[in-house]
Amino acid sequence: MSKEILPGTPLSSEEFEKSITIEEHPNLEYSWDDGIAIGRYLKELKEGRIIARTCCGCNRTMLPPRMFCELCYRPTDEWAFVEDTGVVNTFCVTRVNWDASRRGPDEPPLIPAVVEIDGASKGMGILHLLGEVDPKKVKIGMRVKAVWKPKAQREGKITDIKYFKPY
Amino acid sequence: MNRKVGIVSMGYHGFSPVTPDLSFRELVYAAASKAYAKAGIGPGDVDMFICAAEDFCEGYSISDEYCNDQLGAVLKPVHTVSGEYLQAIANAAMIIQSGLGKIVVVESHSKASNIKNMEAIHSFGLDPVFNRSLRVTPHFAAGLEMSRYMTESKATEEHCARIVVKNRTNALSNPNAGHGAIISVADVLASDPVAWPVSRLSIAPRSDGCIVTVLAEESVARSLASEPVWILGTGWATESSTLENRAWGEPVSVDIAAQMAYKEAGITVPSQQIDLFEVDDTYSFKELQALEGLHVVGRGQAAHALDEGRLGPDGDLPTNVSGGSLGVGHLLEATGGQKLLELFLQLTYQAGERQIPDVQVGLAQAWRGVPTTTSAVIIVGNE
Repeated sequence: MSKEILPGTPLSSEEFEKSITIEEHPNLEYSWDDGIAIGRYLKELKEGRIIARTCCGCNRTMLPPRMFCELCYRPTDEWAFVEDTGVVNTFCVTRVNWDASRRGPDEPPLIPAVVEIDGASKGMGILHLLGEVDPKKVKIGMRVKAVWKPKAQREGKITDIKYFKPY
Repeated sequence: MNRKVGIVSMGYHGFSPVTPDLSFRELVYAAASKAYAKAGIGPGDVDMFICAAEDFCEGYSISDEYCNDQLGAVLKPVHTVSGEYLQAIANAAMIIQSGLGKIVVVESHSKASNIKNMEAIHSFGLDPVFNRSLRVTPHFAAGLEMSRYMTESKATEEHCARIVVKNRTNALSNPNAGHGAIISVADVLASDPVAWPVSRLSIAPRSDGCIVTVLAEESVARSLASEPVWILGTGWATESSTLENRAWGEPVSVDIAAQMAYKEAGITVPSQQIDLFEVDDTYSFKELQALEGLHVVGRGQAAHALDEGRLGPDGDLPTNVSGGSLGVGHLLEATGGQKLLELFLQLTYQAGERQIPDVQVGLAQAWRGVPTTTSAVIIVGNE
């Protein structure tokens, strides 16, 4: 089709590499306001605790916490500490990194998982990684516990939890 | 127009240079809650939701996926207009006019304070082959326009500076404005040159904020609001994206958008049929240029209208009484929402000390900023 509309010369992959390129590294920087709910959540992670918000409308204990209930559309009511243990809702196993590079033969695969946290409502929890586990032995419904960074290394980030391990 | 569309309520939060106490979700929730409360509805009563947003300003791609929780739009039809608030309003009007929905909500917000280098985002909007490699501040596009506009019109740098003084003074009467100030023409002219003739104070500073509008079909609007404000006409247009062959001095997209809206609203003599104007003033000269594109004054004559005091709150063509973007703060894609909000407050006589008497019809016009050539126009009335 391209020949009919835009006549031209096809390029080989070698010729492509020789072509003139424009490389851009846009300097996009943001400093997102964490606000009330996420601000408190991150502050508690630094202390090695997980905090949720409860809604008296639907009686859910919501994690991550939020200042309004998206289903009842009303302000949430109370802060509630929850456990750092839970159940694997779903998981997968990947040998591909964030930047699409392959993990080396000696690197363990990454196991992202949704962990339903004990004390939070059914279906609510934390998306994190599993560790200290043979990927072949991970099961949906498996019980896991957070492995925290040492206190001095915590920054108030989700990565203050290193991973969840079976327990 | 086959069905009449009314604005039932508008909820807003802001507008201030920073909002560190609220996440963008909490900011939107604050504005949306007010809009729903004023309309006496809950989000469950809304048929469709529209957000106006630009991913690069949010800081993540597919930002439309992040707009629903705080609007109460979970499990509801939602879409995002990657454009100006007024374009989203036009979309809402079309949905109601077509009978697809009876109550439609439009949302847009600015967390401009969270963007650490807005110029990089504007630069990224330039054509990578023809323009970006020149490595010039993206304000240059406004400088090129301002130079050409001043040559083709009777406007001078001093006239443009007086727009800044007027709008920032107007903002002092607007409790929602983030940048009201008493400054002088000399201050503006002496401010740091950015892309001459554009100087630092001739560029609208930015604000954070959120605006949520509840629109409804006529019978629903009448049942929800004692005084709905009616959408009389909508228009939008985009000129060529090529910087090399634009009509630099002429507000072409404003003209086309206005003609589209005027035709729908039955406006033939804008200066006589429209009582107040909230127009683009992202850069000071833009306000003068816009009034010409809107045919409120003749081509090249806006400066003269300013000289005669016609654009002030007491003039016969009150323009940017709210303070405009120069005085309220530019709100990214929510900018047109603030302009519409001012018309809504004025037409429902809720504008407090800046209330213009006997207003029936207002016009809002917004531009998507450098390096775009997109403008949108909405005309509203209270009868």
